[in-house]
Amino acid sequence: MKDHSRTNVRSDLNPSRLLTFRIDDRDVSAHENESILTVARQNGITIPTLCHLDGLSERGACRLCIVEIKGINKLLPACVTFPRQDMEVITASERVVGYRKKILELLFTERNHVCAVCVSNGHCELQNLAVELGVSHVRYPYLYPHLAVDASHSRFSVDHNRCVLCLRCVRVCDEIEGAHTWDIMGRGITSQVITDLNQPWGSSETCTGCGKCVQVCPTGALSEKGKSVAEMIKRRQFLPYLQMMRGRQDTSWTK
Amino acid sequence: MDKIALATTWLDSCSGCHMSLLDIDEALIGLAAQVEILFGPLVDNKIFPDHVDVTLVEGAVGSEADKKNILMIRERSRILVSFGDCAVTANVPGMRNRHAVADVLARAYIENADPAAPLSCGAQAGKGSIEFQVVPALCSKVRPVHEFVPVDVFLPGCPPPPEAILYLLSELLAGRSPDMSGKTRFGA
Repeated sequence: MKDHSRTNVRSDLNPSRLLTFRIDDRDVSAHENESILTVARQNGITIPTLCHLDGLSERGACRLCIVEIKGINKLLPACVTFPRQDMEVITASERVVGYRKKILELLFTERNHVCAVCVSNGHCELQNLAVELGVSHVRYPYLYPHLAVDASHSRFSVDHNRCVLCLRCVRVCDEIEGAHTWDIMGRGITSQVITDLNQPWGSSETCTGCGKCVQVCPTGALSEKGKSVAEMIKRRQFLPYLQMMRGRQDTSWTK
Repeated sequence: MDKIALATTWLDSCSGCHMSLLDIDEALIGLAAQVEILFGPLVDNKIFPDHVDVTLVEGAVGSEADKKNILMIRERSRILVSFGDCAVTANVPGMRNRHAVADVLARAYIENADPAAPLSCGAQAGKGSIEFQVVPALCSKVRPVHEFVPVDVFLPGCPPPPEAILYLLSELLAGRSPDMSGKTRFGA
């Protein structure tokens, strides 16, 4: 279970408050520092996610976990929204599901995700989400952007055509490996993940070559060299164990 | 009961979806009893018929001929199925979209041509430019079918699995609107 507060010390002077609220007409209880997503999962309620990964800080980047909260007009991302006493959360209304589909469709239009010829075909979180949310086609015009592939690293490559900007690579590199080789440049639709100061990955002086970024990447954007179509199977199991063994509680990236 | 009039066609694609259609194997026999295939690569008919109940369209819209044909096919088909990833997403044909048409053609027919091979038009491989004379001109972008005409059913997959194709056809034959969720996916 993750701790989102700035302080990890629990005492009588600094107690964690318990509160009760409702998710999909079910009464649930939570610590005040547990996100709606965490509480939903504890109670077996599925909310789709893409940028969230157990063991990394939350980013709220993909917006797929948006939920409806009674009395609030905006849809809020469950991963970075914390419950209040007596709050009423709806996770799968027609409105929410409709927006989730649109978000997913826009992700497909923004890059060149050609699933049929992707190293991650069949093992891709984006592809699986399309099935899960019933996205059989994309209703918006594809943008077909010109994007590069950087294969300068001796063992890995980055294909920006398949990146969804979840920033898991940035977070894992900073929070777990401690190298902070990855970062992001640009704004909005032109944002792009970069290594060092937008230098070729192979010439990065900070990259340790650990490959954690490759393993946490949800799509075929980051892959091991030598893998052909559908051969890239990511191994994410290391992450929670690594966290546990380091006894590290606070994973906040933004502090 | 009259047989259902079925047509299949391909635009910018590899014909793999049609191969997957053939892969429904013995179910083809049962299907043949219920449908009459009026047009398609499996039928010797050069002209698309006036009235078709169900048309499976494989492939993206990549050339001026595709554009013209898809409008005509839509007009003459009661139910139009976007058949496979190329039709649904532009898929692999769409990978040329980031390059200019002239560059794509130069790469395929001039740069990669075998200089030793004789050319019937008298040109020399490795030189010259490509002009559209007989073959239809390529569009600047390859785009999915539903960006040109309304589509009734989407069947993603590269190719869609035979089971999904059989399910789709069985549902349409039974007069139902097929729910393809969970049966196929992009890049299947």
